[in-house]
Amino acid sequence: MKPILTITKRELTGYFASPVAFVFIVIFLMLSGFFTFMVAGFFERGQASLEAFFSWHPWLYLFLVPAVGMRMWSEERRLGTLELLLTMPVTPWQAIVGKFLAAWTVLALALGLTFPVWITVNYLGNPDNGIILAGYLGSFLMGGAYLSITAMTSAMTRNQVVAFIVSVVISLFLILAGYPPVTNLLVHWALPWVVEAIAAFSVMTHFESIQKGVLDSRDILYFLSVIVFSLFTTGVIVRTHRAG
Amino acid sequence: MIQVRNLRKTFGPKVAVGGVSFKVEKGEVLGFLGPNGAGKSTTMRMITGFIPPTDGEAVIGGFNIVEQPIEAKRLMGYLPENAPSYADMTVNGFLSFTAELRGLSGSAQRKAVDRAVEMCFLENVLHQSVETLSKGYRHRTCFAQSIIHDPEVLILDEPTDGLDPNQKHEVRTLIRKMGQTKAIIFSTHILEEVEAVCSRAIIIDRGVIVANGTPAELKARSPQAGAITLRLGVEPKAGIKAVVAKLEGLNQVDHVSILGSAPVELRVFARKNVSPADLAGLLSETAMKEQWALQELHAEEGRLDEVFRNITLPDTKSAGKENK
Ligand SMILES: Nc1ncnc2c1ncn2[C@@H]1O[C@H](COP(=O)(O)OP(=O)(O)O)[C@@H](O)[C@H]1O
Ligand SMILES: [Mg+2]
Repeated sequence: MKPILTITKRELTGYFASPVAFVFIVIFLMLSGFFTFMVAGFFERGQASLEAFFSWHPWLYLFLVPAVGMRMWSEERRLGTLELLLTMPVTPWQAIVGKFLAAWTVLALALGLTFPVWITVNYLGNPDNGIILAGYLGSFLMGGAYLSITAMTSAMTRNQVVAFIVSVVISLFLILAGYPPVTNLLVHWALPWVVEAIAAFSVMTHFESIQKGVLDSRDILYFLSVIVFSLFTTGVIVRTHRAG
Repeated sequence: MIQVRNLRKTFGPKVAVGGVSFKVEKGEVLGFLGPNGAGKSTTMRMITGFIPPTDGEAVIGGFNIVEQPIEAKRLMGYLPENAPSYADMTVNGFLSFTAELRGLSGSAQRKAVDRAVEMCFLENVLHQSVETLSKGYRHRTCFAQSIIHDPEVLILDEPTDGLDPNQKHEVRTLIRKMGQTKAIIFSTHILEEVEAVCSRAIIIDRGVIVANGTPAELKARSPQAGAITLRLGVEPKAGIKAVVAKLEGLNQVDHVSILGSAPVELRVFARKNVSPADLAGLLSETAMKEQWALQELHAEEGRLDEVFRNITLPDTKSAGKENK
């Protein structure tokens, strides 16, 4: 447990020593503000809810989360510090979890800093704060799922750009599999249960159901399984091609 | 302390290390010599647990590196080739981080960092970020990391690479001092370093050990080891040829080679079973009898670089072989 925290602490210093964390947080706040108020028409809706705010998160995260996570392992490879880290008395999974938690903390911080939006709806109307809380939880879990995928792609290569692109492609697939315009198209091609089965693999399906305020354990389980699976794969990759 | 048994590593069809065995005890400094690409780094990476061996095992203080990696790694300090470190940290931050990973906290951690900083002369750059450091300082920062927990076993991959002569000297002195109480393996391709620091040396070539012994033993394998070199102040009237003929006429002498003619310098090689001391005595008697103006006479120790060249193939030759 101790080594995990040591590594998390170091990674966080790394994120804040370089502009990565600041740039991410500022861009995330600016874009989520822009989409919520300008594009989704937050005020025009006349609803006291954060639906307009959360509905953009799958798309915002698609590019922003890989940008935060792409350096996680490729940088270690590029600098050669992977050799230091893996010859320290820590297990690879401690390093993997430690690094993942640090990046997830950065996401959580960015998400937490959107609290003025929450204050605004509460000032303007009487929103269901339970639903809003569920929305935040869903968004946080979804960010974690994207991040774990980025951890996996970043373990494969010393090139951050490659890690970024592969991660965006995988995440995009996970969005589109359950994105209504796509599923509506798919219905013409495949049996409904096939479409539903594919959609069950999508972050969209699960994120939307959490956003409605229904905290179904299956949705939470979905995100946690994506995280566990991706981090497990990261471990396999790190262990099998250490010197590559 | 370190036991390596039949370590092998293959990358696809390429054999990087082909079955290496040796032992290092406390109080020993083992020099790991070999041309580039010989497999030094690969061997060290297997010993330190960075890459798993294809075959064989490494045991550190009783712990097998594959079966009990954490226990084995605790006993070891490691300086990888090219001395990597986190560029975005300060020297102090980096050393504290590695000390913490080694399980040191609070005042023990601070003491450990202070000690390593002092030993590696890093006081001046303590709060500077690693990426702004010169190569020598970056190297020493990574070196400091390897000794931060005062380990019983130290594995150093080219610890003096890229340092200036003064820094090289400091690092060698440090290794020699620490070698009195630790088991140390360090790799290098600088031969003078081996004589200056090691208690024992292994020469490795294309993945296999080709020599293993003390520097003196290795030097004795040089073809000129035991030969006697003579220098005469003035050329005898009969000429240099006559001197050579006279010497080669002696029973104990195998052959003589001419190193120079003004002043006359000859190297005399003994027959088998003739000791250098006997030969030297004989030569000085002969010189007196013949009234040669003998200026100097000494026995050759042999030279490490000659041994090295004789038993390892240069890169180009081995590369040519591989292509066939
Ligand atoms: N990850 C790797 N993949 C393929 N070949 C490698 C790898 N690492 C080392 N080698 C090869 O193994 C041989 C030994 O390399 P190395 O141990 O680095 O030599 P040295 O440190 O003695 O210069 C070299 O021919 C090198 O090309
Ligand atoms: Mg090397």
